[in-house]
Amino acid sequence: MSEAREYKYIGRRTIRPDGFDKVTGRANYGADLSLPGMIWGKILRSPYAHAVIKSIDSSKAEAHPDVMAVVTYQDYPAVSSGGFEPGDGPTDLCDLARNILADDKALYHGHAIAAIAARTEAAAEEALSLIDIDYEVLPPVMDVADAMQPGSPVLHEDLFTKGLAEQPEKASNIATRMELKKGDIEAGFAAAEVIIERDFYTPTVHQGYIEPHATTVRYDEDGQSMIWCSTQGHFDVRASTAKLLSMDLGKLKVIASEIGGGFGGKTTVYLEPVALMLSKKSGRPVKMVMTRDEVFRASGPGSATRSTVKIGAKKDGTITAMQAKLCFEAGAFKGSPMGPGCMTVFTPYDVENIYIEGYDVVVNKPKVAAYRAPGAPQAEFAAEMVINELADELNIDPIELRLQNAAKEGTQTVYGPKLKAVGLVECLEAAKNSPHYKQALAENQGRGLAAGFWFNIGGQSSVIINMNPDGTGTIVEGNPDIGGSRASMQLMAAEELGIDVSKLNPIVADTEHVPYSATTGGSRTTFATGMAVIEAAQDVVRQMKERAAAVWNVTVEQVDWSDGVAINTAGEDRLTAAEICQGADRTGGQISGRGNINARGAGPSFAVHLCDVEVDMETGKTAVVRYTAIQDAGKAIHPGYVEGQYQGGAVQGIGWALNEEYIYNEDGVMENAGFLDYRIPLASDLPMIDTIIVEVPNAFHPFGVRGVGETGIVPPLAAVATAVSDAIGVRMTNLPCSPPRVLKAIQDTA
Amino acid sequence: MTKTHVTTTINGEVTEFLCEPGATLLAVLRNELQLTGTKEGCGTGDCGACSVTLNGRLVCSCLVLGVEAEGAEIGTVEGIGGIDKLHIIQEKFLEHAALQCGICTPGLIVSTKALLAENPEPTEKEARYYLAGNLCRCTGYDKIIRAVMDSAEAMRGDA
Repeated sequence: MSEAREYKYIGRRTIRPDGFDKVTGRANYGADLSLPGMIWGKILRSPYAHAVIKSIDSSKAEAHPDVMAVVTYQDYPAVSSGGFEPGDGPTDLCDLARNILADDKALYHGHAIAAIAARTEAAAEEALSLIDIDYEVLPPVMDVADAMQPGSPVLHEDLFTKGLAEQPEKASNIATRMELKKGDIEAGFAAAEVIIERDFYTPTVHQGYIEPHATTVRYDEDGQSMIWCSTQGHFDVRASTAKLLSMDLGKLKVIASEIGGGFGGKTTVYLEPVALMLSKKSGRPVKMVMTRDEVFRASGPGSATRSTVKIGAKKDGTITAMQAKLCFEAGAFKGSPMGPGCMTVFTPYDVENIYIEGYDVVVNKPKVAAYRAPGAPQAEFAAEMVINELADELNIDPIELRLQNAAKEGTQTVYGPKLKAVGLVECLEAAKNSPHYKQALAENQGRGLAAGFWFNIGGQSSVIINMNPDGTGTIVEGNPDIGGSRASMQLMAAEELGIDVSKLNPIVADTEHVPYSATTGGSRTTFATGMAVIEAAQDVVRQMKERAAAVWNVTVEQVDWSDGVAINTAGEDRLTAAEICQGADRTGGQISGRGNINARGAGPSFAVHLCDVEVDMETGKTAVVRYTAIQDAGKAIHPGYVEGQYQGGAVQGIGWALNEEYIYNEDGVMENAGFLDYRIPLASDLPMIDTIIVEVPNAFHPFGVRGVGETGIVPPLAAVATAVSDAIGVRMTNLPCSPPRVLKAIQDTA
Repeated sequence: MTKTHVTTTINGEVTEFLCEPGATLLAVLRNELQLTGTKEGCGTGDCGACSVTLNGRLVCSCLVLGVEAEGAEIGTVEGIGGIDKLHIIQEKFLEHAALQCGICTPGLIVSTKALLAENPEPTEKEARYYLAGNLCRCTGYDKIIRAVMDSAEAMRGDA
């Protein structure tokens, strides 16, 4: 740890290395690659939310002159040899296979049933209607509360609840029950003088990345098959696709295109294995691009939840007990982020007695995917709303109540470790001292504040730094850059090497040119891949010093490295990095550094957001009039992109709080599958989003970095809903606080 | 179906193409002419990623037919700035970190240029409303608006 270290590059607002291509339209995204001989793939999707597929007849489609291939579930290589083995967890291969091409049941409206590849996109689209499917329509179950009822329609006859004391004999929609506890919850409530218990609802929401899923693939029987796609993790695309198609990893190259947003939604596969099967069958390269309608109906949104939170406290503000029941919709297949929801719900608080139970429940909606701090926004929304009500009830300032009970170094988390140094108290102090918190509110305005916690993960990252003969370097990493991380890698390498950023070119390599790197997710890239960059840079420096020592005929211990220059401590000699690289042919060949790591010790991250709204009492429409996002970055490598993460997270959270929701009709069909009706925030909806970067270094990272990408979406749900509640004088417990819902709340109390 | 021959001008260059009657200008730009800087985010005119100018007017190219380009002047992101010199708007987007994933950026650059051509001195509110048809999911718009306002000031200074 080097808190006193003076940085030359870290903390600078450099121009991002991939910026030129992005402002000129040269950057290539998922849908931007075409290959010679390429044809187009399209997917036939279920018109029913829940139905048995009795038969599929694709003979008429296959007879279409432009159609070159049709595939269904039966075309998976594993099916002919007995099918997929069911498994556990988020990577259950059986579920994955059945999600991207339905087996014997359609489980949501839009569920993929078959795919066609044809000479043109229009012909593929047209031929979809030539596939005959015989369905037996079943009643859908669309809400987690209904799905948990004993008499509910059951999605999977082979789903038996895990986590119960006794293995159930009957299949149900409850995939898993889990429990976390600490202390004695009953004693905690017995010691309380005030107890508040409330129910909450959050709807199904979408990440809303602007770039739809897209891929171009080429199957090659003898050599290397290739997938080009928009993904957060091309190594995981390779792993999933290779498994589904029974291929060796070494026979499949995946190239990550530039990625037009993901927010967790591009951490799995939908099109890629299907496209590769179409390519195999047709012998042609195949391109597939989802429409926006398909993205909404058939990619992986964020879970809807129903939860109950109960908190007890003494009159002086000491919280004695916290209890939660969190029910998460998983969509059609198990695997909601209920687990992280349970782990995060009360983590901002140092409280002795905690009890949390969580349920992962299947419903007839698309299988959820990760969405920025998956599970935490929904869970912490409920907790923070009750904390704010408690502050009102006790007549204690909400910042003071949080400061009094704040998690800090040494706090025992409910999920395992004790916290190391964290920045929650510093964020709360920054909020208290901010000009925003001191500003008076106008008529029909309200203020809300909320805290938020998210983990940040570590994991495997691989980096190679190849030095060129002129002293410039290429930083080869394996993490798709979703928000400017190449700029951070460049800064960290420059700092460690002492070589200017302009001489270091970071690139995201395909799966053949850099070893395995875990997906860009969990706010891990700047933390973990950054550590791999630092290690690779140190490897380069070590070799540079060896080369200089050889030139000077001294021991390597006699060579210092400073600001990109080797210094002979036994004499006056100096050799710059460029000189060493130029002479590398004479000292043993070219120089290349490696950092293949499995990072540990990602720093927990806390944020505090402040929101002021103004509500139009006649229409129920809410405008955010002032917003401040405060978050601990550990150390901000590129402050501009750190602020960008805070602002982007805040605004996604504002959308979730005020407008965004999947609206279903009684048949389980989404009625607002487009950006006109699923309304994400527009420039005209928002004020500037003020940011305060708090820096409490993460002891596990050489520069003190914590991941910053996800935490910022956790506090806004409660901050905004509290502000609306404050403005209208009614506590909002169901999201979104959309105009009809807010107007109804106002009218019901009038 | 018979294709229609279209002669148009794109970024100042006379261009010919054949297109299906139902093909959108966006599909023609991307798939026929390989001008992939113009992006498709929705295909329904809701996201603005496909923004281009048609005879100087800002449009969503997903809502324009390819055949409508006949005799018209089309402006795409590829016609703004270049290898030698970026446009001020492009420089300001980079300087202000006004892009994260970058998929909305070409559309926003085209729209911002159209905004400043119409209104060289927009207020923040005017800029926010003019750009309300360009969705960005990454930035929360703060840095985009700063880049736009700074571009306006710099371009006025140049004049």
